[in-house]
Amino acid sequence: MANNIIVQLKLLPQRLLAIIIFLLIWEIVPWVGLADPSFVPPASATFARLWELLLSGTLLTQTSISLQRAFAGFAIAVVTGIPLGFLVGWFKTFEKYMDPLLQTFRQLPILALFPVFILLFGIGEISKIAMIALACFWSVFMNTASGVMTVDPLLVKSARSMGASHSDMFKKVVLPAAIPAIFTGVRFAGTVALLMLVAAEMVGASSGLGYFVLNAQQRYASRDIFAGIVALTLLGVIINYILVTIEKKATSWKEDIVHG
Amino acid sequence: MRKKWTIGGIISGTIYENIAQITPKNELNCQLLLIYIVSYMTRIIRETMTKIKAENIKKIFKIRSNGNSKNNGNTPNELLALGGVDLSINKGEFVSIVGPSGCGKSTFLDLVGGLSKPNEGNIYIDGKPVNGPGLDRGIVFQQYALFPWRTALGNVEFGLENQNVLKKERTEIAQKYLSLVGLAGFENRYPYELSGGMKQRVAIARALAYDPDILLMDEPFGALDAQTREILQRELLHIWEETHKTILFITHSIDEAVFLSDRVAIMTARPGVIKKEMAVPLSRPARFEDDIRTSQDFVKTRYELWGHLKEEVVKAQQICANTTANLSLEKPVTTLEKVMTT
Repeated sequence: MANNIIVQLKLLPQRLLAIIIFLLIWEIVPWVGLADPSFVPPASATFARLWELLLSGTLLTQTSISLQRAFAGFAIAVVTGIPLGFLVGWFKTFEKYMDPLLQTFRQLPILALFPVFILLFGIGEISKIAMIALACFWSVFMNTASGVMTVDPLLVKSARSMGASHSDMFKKVVLPAAIPAIFTGVRFAGTVALLMLVAAEMVGASSGLGYFVLNAQQRYASRDIFAGIVALTLLGVIINYILVTIEKKATSWKEDIVHG
Repeated sequence: MRKKWTIGGIISGTIYENIAQITPKNELNCQLLLIYIVSYMTRIIRETMTKIKAENIKKIFKIRSNGNSKNNGNTPNELLALGGVDLSINKGEFVSIVGPSGCGKSTFLDLVGGLSKPNEGNIYIDGKPVNGPGLDRGIVFQQYALFPWRTALGNVEFGLENQNVLKKERTEIAQKYLSLVGLAGFENRYPYELSGGMKQRVAIARALAYDPDILLMDEPFGALDAQTREILQRELLHIWEETHKTILFITHSIDEAVFLSDRVAIMTARPGVIKKEMAVPLSRPARFEDDIRTSQDFVKTRYELWGHLKEEVVKAQQICANTTANLSLEKPVTTLEKVMTT
């Protein structure tokens, strides 16, 4: 374990190199006049602003509001998407009837539904959470269903030959076999959640990071815009890191561990 | 009355004398009765000796034709995979089925395993008809079929879990069988950490762990390299001698069949039936000698078997060519449709 950490630390400069170069370019471009610093503030100014926002508490307030929305939508999607995915994947007839409808629904541009959601749920939290949940749902649901459908028939055969009952088959074969696909769906849903969050907060909200960025644009506060974007990106990186870690734990038996 | 001084002669002699005492009137009648009793007894003995009996097994597969009306007239929608297989295997016997690829060997094994049902005919195990899979039969597949999310030990424990064996005992049994196949110390490895040969060893241990009477092996060494295959063949012989299982072994290698089995059955090209059965005239100890594969008996048996198998292989290739010619008209349609719908 300790060894592992040392190896990781040794690799750190290598892994950070590209990011450092990117930050340097970002820093230099406004300084040498390739971009107008009042529209594109240099990296240092952006991070300085981010630090200010963190100290003043604005950043934490907005982030926690955003996170609550994203998490609520994401959680609803996971809790509904996984069981429904199993249902559709496991029961062939169900899948046969549902597939055309699902394929159509999947193509539904969810942002276009936002006005409908506002009509239905009002401008409050529910419409935003519903939108995030719906967008995340497809990713979780589709991946779960395909994971269940693509369970190696040979493994099912093998389990059957060893006297596995229906419930054993589900618990000991289908569920573990589908887990990698489920996690792919969940991880993607994490990305989608953040994307939809920003969209929803920009369209109709008076708080949250998405609103913060849009509001900053209206105030011509370019440093705030960039600070907000950096904050959102960091949030995405952290969420993805958490999900990848959980995924690695759950699929430690796999040869190739997916990097996020 | 002549008496033969053999064990059979003594037994039948006493039976004859007893019968003669009961009904002394007519010696001819007695003789007929004796013949009847002896034949009855041999039948009983044979039946109790028989472990697996397959009678006139037919299996039909439905071919999906995607509504291509042009082709419907020519290609049958049903494919007769097995055309009446008769085979019986004795307790503790090692029988191999060889045949050209696509002749239905694996289909037959699935039927014995209870994983699918024949359209006609019956399979009996210990005189009882097969009604689905059971723990009296262990199956070893060519592609190992190990659960990738379980360690070697976990895989071997799978069948035992379904028998409600306690956890501690399960681990002990699994460890015992893993060391039987030479994998002691590899208990906690996941399948991806094992070589092909090791995976198949785990699969064999898994099938043995719940102690089935019968081992069904579907080309178990087909995916292995030549050296590993030979090593595992020898080990299988050792395991067989230690555990006294009845083994039905599917292979396309005559060499493998001769080396391993007591009896080799040749299956014809589709529709598969048993064309010929041959006993292998090799003693058990002789098989562990280094030059066994070049010995006269071995070479002769192999040559004879190949003589029977050759024409089936040619036939199978023709069937294969015809089928692909017929299917090639349909294939692009199906794939296109798939692409469109997904």
